[in-house]
Amino acid sequence: MTAHIAPLPADLVSPQTERPTVLAVEDLGLSLRNADGLLPIVTDVSFSIREGEAVALVGESGCGKSITASAIMGIAPDNAVITGTITLNGKVISGLSPRDRRRLCGRHMGFIFQEPMTALHPTLSIGRQMTDTLRHNLGLSHGAATDRAAELLGRVGIPRARDILKGYVHELSGGMRQRVMIALAISCGPSLIIADEPTTALDVTIQAQVLDLLDDMRRELNLAMLFITHDLEVVGDFCEKAVVMYAGDVVERGLSADVVRAPAHPYARGLIDAVPAHDDGRTRLTPILGTVPPVGQWPEGCRFAPRCSRADGQCGTRPSLERHGPTDARCWHPLETMP
Amino acid sequence: MTLTQATSPDRLPGGDEEAFVTTNKTVWQRLLANPTAMASIVMLAILTLSAVLAPLLAPGNPLRVSPADRFIPPGAEHFFGTDNLGRDMFKMVLHGGRTSLFVGLVVTAISMSIAVVLGAISGFYRQVDVVLMRLVDGLMAFPGIVLATAAAGIMGPSMTTVITSLSIVLIAPSLRVVRGQVLVIRELQMIEAARAVGVPTLRLFTRYILPAVSSPILVQASFIFSAAVLGEAGLSFIGVGIGPKELSWGNALTEARNYIAQAPWIVLFPGLALMLTILALNLLGDSLRDILDPRLARRR
Amino acid sequence: MLRYLGKRFLLILPTIFVPLILVFLLLRLSPGDPAGMMLGDQATAEQIAALRTQLGLDQPIFVQFLLWLKGIVTLDLGNSIFFREPVMQIIPRYAGVTILLTLVALTLAVLIGVSMGLISAMNRNKPIDRGVVTTAVLGISLPEFWFALLLIFLFAVTLRWFPVAGYNPPSAGIVAFAATIFMPAMALGVRQSALMTRMMRSSMLDVLNEPYITTARAQGLPESTVIGRYAMRTAAMPVITVAGLSAGYMLGGAVTIEIIFALPGLGRMLVEAVGRRDYPLVEGGVLTISLVLAVLNLAIDLIYAILDPRIRYQ
Repeated sequence: MTAHIAPLPADLVSPQTERPTVLAVEDLGLSLRNADGLLPIVTDVSFSIREGEAVALVGESGCGKSITASAIMGIAPDNAVITGTITLNGKVISGLSPRDRRRLCGRHMGFIFQEPMTALHPTLSIGRQMTDTLRHNLGLSHGAATDRAAELLGRVGIPRARDILKGYVHELSGGMRQRVMIALAISCGPSLIIADEPTTALDVTIQAQVLDLLDDMRRELNLAMLFITHDLEVVGDFCEKAVVMYAGDVVERGLSADVVRAPAHPYARGLIDAVPAHDDGRTRLTPILGTVPPVGQWPEGCRFAPRCSRADGQCGTRPSLERHGPTDARCWHPLETMP
Repeated sequence: MTLTQATSPDRLPGGDEEAFVTTNKTVWQRLLANPTAMASIVMLAILTLSAVLAPLLAPGNPLRVSPADRFIPPGAEHFFGTDNLGRDMFKMVLHGGRTSLFVGLVVTAISMSIAVVLGAISGFYRQVDVVLMRLVDGLMAFPGIVLATAAAGIMGPSMTTVITSLSIVLIAPSLRVVRGQVLVIRELQMIEAARAVGVPTLRLFTRYILPAVSSPILVQASFIFSAAVLGEAGLSFIGVGIGPKELSWGNALTEARNYIAQAPWIVLFPGLALMLTILALNLLGDSLRDILDPRLARRR
Repeated sequence: MLRYLGKRFLLILPTIFVPLILVFLLLRLSPGDPAGMMLGDQATAEQIAALRTQLGLDQPIFVQFLLWLKGIVTLDLGNSIFFREPVMQIIPRYAGVTILLTLVALTLAVLIGVSMGLISAMNRNKPIDRGVVTTAVLGISLPEFWFALLLIFLFAVTLRWFPVAGYNPPSAGIVAFAATIFMPAMALGVRQSALMTRMMRSSMLDVLNEPYITTARAQGLPESTVIGRYAMRTAAMPVITVAGLSAGYMLGGAVTIEIIFALPGLGRMLVEAVGRRDYPLVEGGVLTISLVLAVLNLAIDLIYAILDPRIRYQ
């Protein structure tokens, strides 16, 4: 895949530059309440995103990425019990009532789903879905909302916007659908966009276009973006920081360049090695043996230990997330930084 | 289909704990573990036993008239009271159950057998399917009771008439269920493979198709059973069911309605027995569906 | 859109003709001679033969069928053997009651079913949901005619709110009409409302798991809009299908209910006509029910097409 490579913003070189933090997640935990009690799904997730910054949330499916995103948006399942602190634009939102959380959606946070075909309503027109959002969140009149919707569609590169507004999701191509989804997500001027595998369902050629569009939007609108993916190339090309999740845990966290080039956690290493090497002469292509342990069957201590070649007795107790070289990793036996 | 589901939290449907349940128990074991299913099985067992053992539990001719004993309220002498002709309602309910359950059983057996054969043919032969399905459309859309009434009225009230007309009417919905299942199953690789190596159609049917459609048939059978019991009672109630000389819950209610003010118990007990039977069958069907097809469990 | 409706219309034709042909065959092949019945025990063989010729009953069955088809197309359904007047004049006198009864019962069933199903789905696994689900199972198992008797016992005998039986047409005043239609409509609607409750509940639970509902929430739309507009729009579809099936079922169930409440409707007319071997009237009645059903099904297809753009463009 050849995604557009965004030029690295200058401040990445010196990450201390003062851009305000949009989203801060501290010790986020999520459990589902069922007949047997509480079933932990996500534990101790911490990261932050600043204005204009894209952060990748990486991991195999089943690691708890999407449910983390739903906890941030406030749209987690009813039986979810959420702990920890979520701060949006300096305000703690994790303690707010569901009703107040809902008010933040759309206006302050936008969500882009993996599969736009099912994420857009099948029997309401595109225009209706957009104007409903605009009228509710921004209090626009019907006419003003329609004008704004058409303008937004134009902005995400959809020609004949007025006609498309009258159309329905099944009439559009995959790429167009995802553009509509993006237009909807940014329609009410949010400061944070969460994109959950926004290109997975698309053709390879379209993927690059949609990634470019998201990147343009991020820079034009100075958006903070949480980018959920399992594609490490996208991480390197598109995101400034990366958070690697495994079995509901953050196992590695750092600048994405560092995470991709010199990971400290064996799982992150494994993810990178599982991608066919193409430019730097690395020849190893080693799949990670085994599978992610299902929820409820996590091992004691380090959850990656059963699949890890470096595991020993110490891994029976849970490591904490600590700095190893340029990145933070949750590991007793981190890999040495490659020279 | 598999009963085990992936347990990825990324695909958690809105708080569905069921997704985490993985079981390999037999249908019977799971029926026993399901309180609703157990309750319905116990109810059905009691109803069946009291119908089968009616001559022992309530000996004597239930239709024997005793003018001196009219309208006696329920009590120790007559558990369910007596009706306008002095007949013992307890006896009538027990003996009436024999008719209702017998008709239900026979109608279910006949209509399900025909539906299975026609459904299999329909699922495998395109031309037959087109014709049969239009017929089924016609039969399904039209109220079955009217057809059964017309048939029963024309052929004269009798047990045979009721069984025949209800069987015909109830073929259509089962046929549709079986045919749908056969259409799914014929696309399975094992069936394609069996056809490719030249397994004869009849053998294909008995060895592969029949076992595969048995679950939906079992579920459908309990609903057909309840529809048949209800149908018989309805037809008998309006006088086009089994003859007036015979006894059934529907028959018992026909005259009872004229005395509802004086003796509400003669309306209450036959109807209650009828409702409990239908309820038990519906509950059994619901739990069988939950157990056999978790995918559909939440539907309906 | 027109093409879609045309296609639906073609598919509806069997639902009109299959029952008609079945009834035609049943009547002709069953024992019992209408001519003999009409003339009574004292009639001579010659008299019966003469009447048979007059009624066309001496023709081969195939010819009778063609004559009958021609009658349907030319809207000439013949004369009732019993009433000795055109079927086309008799049917409207009875059809109105049945159609009104069905419509009132259907409205009750939809109102009860949709609201109960919605309340249940919104409170999934809470006591109120369990209560609704249990009531619905009981409702589905409730035989209409027995429920009708219970209603009579409660409302007519004990409380004396409504007359035990009888019918006031709407022209007699809305209160008088309601007093005679309430119990029959409740009796006819109760099972269907239970069915619709279950359908509404499961359909809503399915839809609430759809990603587009999550999108609507993620866009900040209030829950009332999410449920009332985004979820209802799709969740209503299966309920509309059930409503169509229910209407057919009610037209049939009306037979029993009309007899219990002494309503002068099609169902009662049919049962009596069947007993008298009044072929033309039976066929006319069945044709009327088929046609009402066909119109209803087309109306449902139209609602479907309006609610779902994917159908319109098929």
